[in-house]
Amino acid sequence: MTHASESSTPATKTPESFWEIVGRWSMSVDHKKLGMMYVGAGLIFFLVGGLEAAFMRLQLAQANLKIIDPETFNQLFTMHGTTMVFLVGMPILLGFGNYLLPLMVGARDMAFPRLNAFGFWLFIFGGLLLYFSYIGSQGLYGAPSAPDVGWFAYAPLTDRTFSRGNSTDYWILGILVSGFGSMTTAINFIGTILCMRCPGMTLMRMPIMAWMMLVVAALVLVAIPVLTGAQIMLLLDRSFGAHFFDPETTGSAVLWQHLFWFFGHPEVYILILPAFGFVSEILPTFSRKVLFGYPLMVAATVSIGFISLGVWAHHMFVVGLGPVLNSFFGAMTFLISVPTGIKIFNWIATMWGGRLRFATPMLFATGFIAMFVIGGLTGIMLATVPLDWQLSDSYFVVGHFHYVLFGGTVFGIFGALFYWFPKATGKMLSERLGKWTFWLLFIGFTMTFMPMHVSGVLGMPRRIYTYEADRGWEIWNLITTLGVPVQMAGVAIFLWNVVKSLRSGENAGNNPWDAWTLEWSTTSPPPEWNFDRIPTVTSARPLWDSAHPEDPDAHYE
Amino acid sequence: MRTMSKFKPTLSRAKVGMASLIFMESALFSAFLVTYLYYIGKSPTGPQPMDCLDLGLVTINSICLFASSATVVFAVRALSRGSLKGFQVWMLLTILLGLEFLIGTGLEWKKLIEVQGLTIDSNVFGTTFYTLVGFHAFHVIVGLVLLTGTFMLALCGCIKPERDTERVEIATWYWHFVDVVWIVVFTLVYFVGKVPQEALS
Repeated sequence: MTHASESSTPATKTPESFWEIVGRWSMSVDHKKLGMMYVGAGLIFFLVGGLEAAFMRLQLAQANLKIIDPETFNQLFTMHGTTMVFLVGMPILLGFGNYLLPLMVGARDMAFPRLNAFGFWLFIFGGLLLYFSYIGSQGLYGAPSAPDVGWFAYAPLTDRTFSRGNSTDYWILGILVSGFGSMTTAINFIGTILCMRCPGMTLMRMPIMAWMMLVVAALVLVAIPVLTGAQIMLLLDRSFGAHFFDPETTGSAVLWQHLFWFFGHPEVYILILPAFGFVSEILPTFSRKVLFGYPLMVAATVSIGFISLGVWAHHMFVVGLGPVLNSFFGAMTFLISVPTGIKIFNWIATMWGGRLRFATPMLFATGFIAMFVIGGLTGIMLATVPLDWQLSDSYFVVGHFHYVLFGGTVFGIFGALFYWFPKATGKMLSERLGKWTFWLLFIGFTMTFMPMHVSGVLGMPRRIYTYEADRGWEIWNLITTLGVPVQMAGVAIFLWNVVKSLRSGENAGNNPWDAWTLEWSTTSPPPEWNFDRIPTVTSARPLWDSAHPEDPDAHYE
Repeated sequence: MRTMSKFKPTLSRAKVGMASLIFMESALFSAFLVTYLYYIGKSPTGPQPMDCLDLGLVTINSICLFASSATVVFAVRALSRGSLKGFQVWMLLTILLGLEFLIGTGLEWKKLIEVQGLTIDSNVFGTTFYTLVGFHAFHVIVGLVLLTGTFMLALCGCIKPERDTERVEIATWYWHFVDVVWIVVFTLVYFVGKVPQEALS
């Protein structure tokens, strides 16, 4: 506890220099610092990926525009997809897990703090490697600078013959490196959740988010290695003349699709389950009720984890796998909507009859439910094989997965940012600006992604860089593009909110939302050692128990 | 309820961490194993598994690798009895057996390349063979680095039997994993994969 005595007497210290601060953060193995760096770096990549999307929308605003040339457009959608999935979604969600899990289960740090720092820096360098392609992969080849093969990099487009130069190698290596970062973090999550819980905290007394993170970690350990393996094979194809995905020499392009989507679909749940966790923490607090159906929620989460491993080929209905496989994967996809539906009903039942407080986190949580239901329903539509044959690779699909990943994951992330920001910094974010952020994002989101369903049904394929004027797509594309500045305004207000709050925000106190889980029992921000004394819990809501000794939850367990 | 309130998780971090790592590695190997399985009998031209792969050298290699799993168990047992000397001897034997496996694999590859003319770009058999077996060999190297590190620590007297037996045992889990994977790879490559071309078409 030498650190304790140091930081408890800050008045005697001189202010740190810039390099001291950099050193303190970059050499830290503290899960809270790493969690905040994950989220911060993820948000920076979010701005970059968002900017890439904005350029694409500018080009597509009207028919026959020539703002961006086709090659650049290909790079933009590849980098946008890759960035948002691997450098925004995963690190922010894993970052929240990093920050919150030890606090939630009453531990002083993660199970393997140094491995944790290692994973974070792998993610950072993987991301930098991917973006370094803009500089590094230009050369003698006259080849594209950034990866331009799409985020799922279908073979044989990734073959040396069709993807010259090094851009695809940068894509492979960047994702490979950050993937190892995710895997080490997953090992850490499992170790922390299984071994580091405080006395009294049985698995069924953990905050529900810890359960979701446990399933996410297991999925990361199953799914990411398969992508890593496929990427190693692709690297061998490109650099050593192997024939894995080269159809000319009896390699198989379809095998890449199988391997990629065997990763790709669990990945979707890796990106949504933590957001489910955030919402499941936020809703009870702002409804003043316990989470409805905790055991069922756990069961639903675990079943989603299992079923998500058997749905990947619904991305491949148009490949021609045959009726048996198509029906199987269609049916599995219908099946996974059952546990997901259970969650939706549990959230609604949690709010039902509660004393609802619509603070910003709650706005995002309810927005999340509504938007995620729409995304989920279009997902069920797309699981219907004949309909998918019509809609596959159209803007309908783009609309669908943005409803799930933006309306779902990103709304969940913003809810979590507003909910836990006071804990991490000790300062409240402005509610007024927060509400502006929510409504601007909500309106901008709907303007951008709702019309995509229409243009998709009208036959607009994804990834085209321009289109003719007579298809009836123009008005929908224009609305889509007009939604972008609205969202940008929402994000800008959020950033301003953060800056303002850090400068002159209201002090948060330990438990500004009157929540019940352990992270709110310590100071905001928590000390480096999290808890002065390791807590002991007797129920799933320790802070309720200490506030209401006459009626503790343990009586009802 | 009384008993539940005294609940304290007792799982060891190191065990859970290593088990998770092995779980992850299994998924990684699955990708390569499935790929190998998928491409069995799909090389119309070039060297064929029937002609290239014979059981001579690889059987000796496999016996050495399997034996190393036993010797490493004896090493841990010696350590738990407090015999540092016994630990060092068994550990050295394990490392030598592992090295034999690597050298044997190298000799087999030399023969395949020089005599049979099988390389990674001959056909998909060559591609998948070298990738799967090579990926396993890479894991043997990682395991050997781990074992050699432990051996060095034991030589310099940094390993205390009473304190470190569990740690060392967990490190050897990885070596057992490398062994178990070899059972699967060996069966797939040298038995399942050697189906004659006519039988498949």
